[in-house]
Amino acid sequence: MDSNNNITSIWDFFQNPIIMNLLIGVVYFAAIAAFITVLVIILMWMDRRVAAFFQERLGPIKYGPQGLLQPVFDAVKMVSKGNITPRNVDKLVYNLAPMLIFMTTLLVYAALPYGKNLTVVNLNVGVLYLIAISSTATIAILMGGWGSNNKYSLIGGMRTVAMIISYEIPFAFSLLGIIMLTGSMNMTDIINAQKNVWFVFLQPLAFVVFMITAMAELNKSPFDLPEAESELVAGFITEYAGMKFGLVYLAEYANMFSMAAIAVTLFFGGWQGPLLPSWLWFLIKTLLMVFFIMWIRWTLPRIRIDKMMKLNWKVLIPLSILNIFLTGIGIKLYQYFTGMGGV
Amino acid sequence: MEVTRGRYNPNEFHEAFENNIIITTIEKALDFCRSRSLHPFLFGPACCAMELMQAMNGRYDLARYGFEAVRATPRQTDVMLVAGTITNKMAAVAKRLYDQIPDPKWVIAIGSCAISGGPFADSYCVTQGADKLFPVDVYVPGCPPRPEAITRGLLQLRDMINNPEIAKVKRHG
Repeated sequence: MDSNNNITSIWDFFQNPIIMNLLIGVVYFAAIAAFITVLVIILMWMDRRVAAFFQERLGPIKYGPQGLLQPVFDAVKMVSKGNITPRNVDKLVYNLAPMLIFMTTLLVYAALPYGKNLTVVNLNVGVLYLIAISSTATIAILMGGWGSNNKYSLIGGMRTVAMIISYEIPFAFSLLGIIMLTGSMNMTDIINAQKNVWFVFLQPLAFVVFMITAMAELNKSPFDLPEAESELVAGFITEYAGMKFGLVYLAEYANMFSMAAIAVTLFFGGWQGPLLPSWLWFLIKTLLMVFFIMWIRWTLPRIRIDKMMKLNWKVLIPLSILNIFLTGIGIKLYQYFTGMGGV
Repeated sequence: MEVTRGRYNPNEFHEAFENNIIITTIEKALDFCRSRSLHPFLFGPACCAMELMQAMNGRYDLARYGFEAVRATPRQTDVMLVAGTITNKMAAVAKRLYDQIPDPKWVIAIGSCAISGGPFADSYCVTQGADKLFPVDVYVPGCPPRPEAITRGLLQLRDMINNPEIAKVKRHG
């Protein structure tokens, strides 16, 4: 009887909604962390092979099938590498920055739709959430730049803030057209609205603006000014060694995937597709998008800092506002000719 | 597998055992991984750096062995490639950069100048070799060495990290 009572009490303990939610949260976290780890290993290998492909080289091929073990060796090396904290850094800020950078990346993964009914949190303000979270990383980067107590780190951090804050405006504006078309910020609603035609065909201008600003948000070439090797040694990560650098490195590749996933969700119909299961469609489309980002990255040279600001304020913002205007006119014309929505 | 079906053949069993199970210590496994992901720190004060660039580009492609991830900051690197003449004025900077690399770290001296001062050995302003400043693991001779030689030097370093004994065995005379 005693043991029976114990079992029921344990069962009751797990039936408690707070405990239940906590456990489900842990499972979600573990699943996403495992997904990111495997994904980043594949992306690191892919990045190096794609870079080699565009520079007429072979890239890492010697270790493992097609060189797939190379990122594993890199990861093990980085974990076992000496972990230096320079004497004059602001220790709390310096040590906190890489963790915060990685955490914002993790938060973005919470709202991505991986497949039909396969998302961690189905937010009704999904797009707003993604824009807000992806710009939070700026604070962490500035923390790294400030805490390192190094002039190159500080300049790199400042450049990141200047760049991401100004590129945030056309980034958000380019998504407004889609929100006007669907009338919802929910990612699942946006995917369902693309059943017949992808938004890349309805919003080509928004897609161009989105891709340019997305490259800037990723801090990747042609917008890798915060880490420009020829001007600043390595930007805000100059003083980071060992696994702290490893975390920033990890977050960079994870960000590349999440940005590609956002592009696929908003412009290429998300997980929708014939025959294959929905999560496989999502992976195929997103990896193709990642390849496209790498293609741009390894083809174009770095843009100069003043030209970058000019491009943003004089070209991209007017274009994105024009896109909102045209979308509005388009919606009204559509309603007029089809007789929908009493005009 | 055939081994499990009744007839016990010790040779076959040991073969299967040796091929499929790896026994190692943590240090050896770490060394194995470290030797295969050496991120070089580009320290090219003179003309040998041109040959080094060539070794990283198309035809010779160091990236095949995972040596292409060149970082500009010493904090994130494993091996320092001293490619060129070190003047006395540069010596202090070189020493400081070497000290900033986290352990474990290695050094490769590329070309005559980094080995012994080369043609400038008699000069009043040239340090006679990188090993006057910090320990050097692999010397790559030549003035300048060809890209093949640089690749071989890095591969020698890879073998040396895995098996430090070979560095002691191969002595001249």
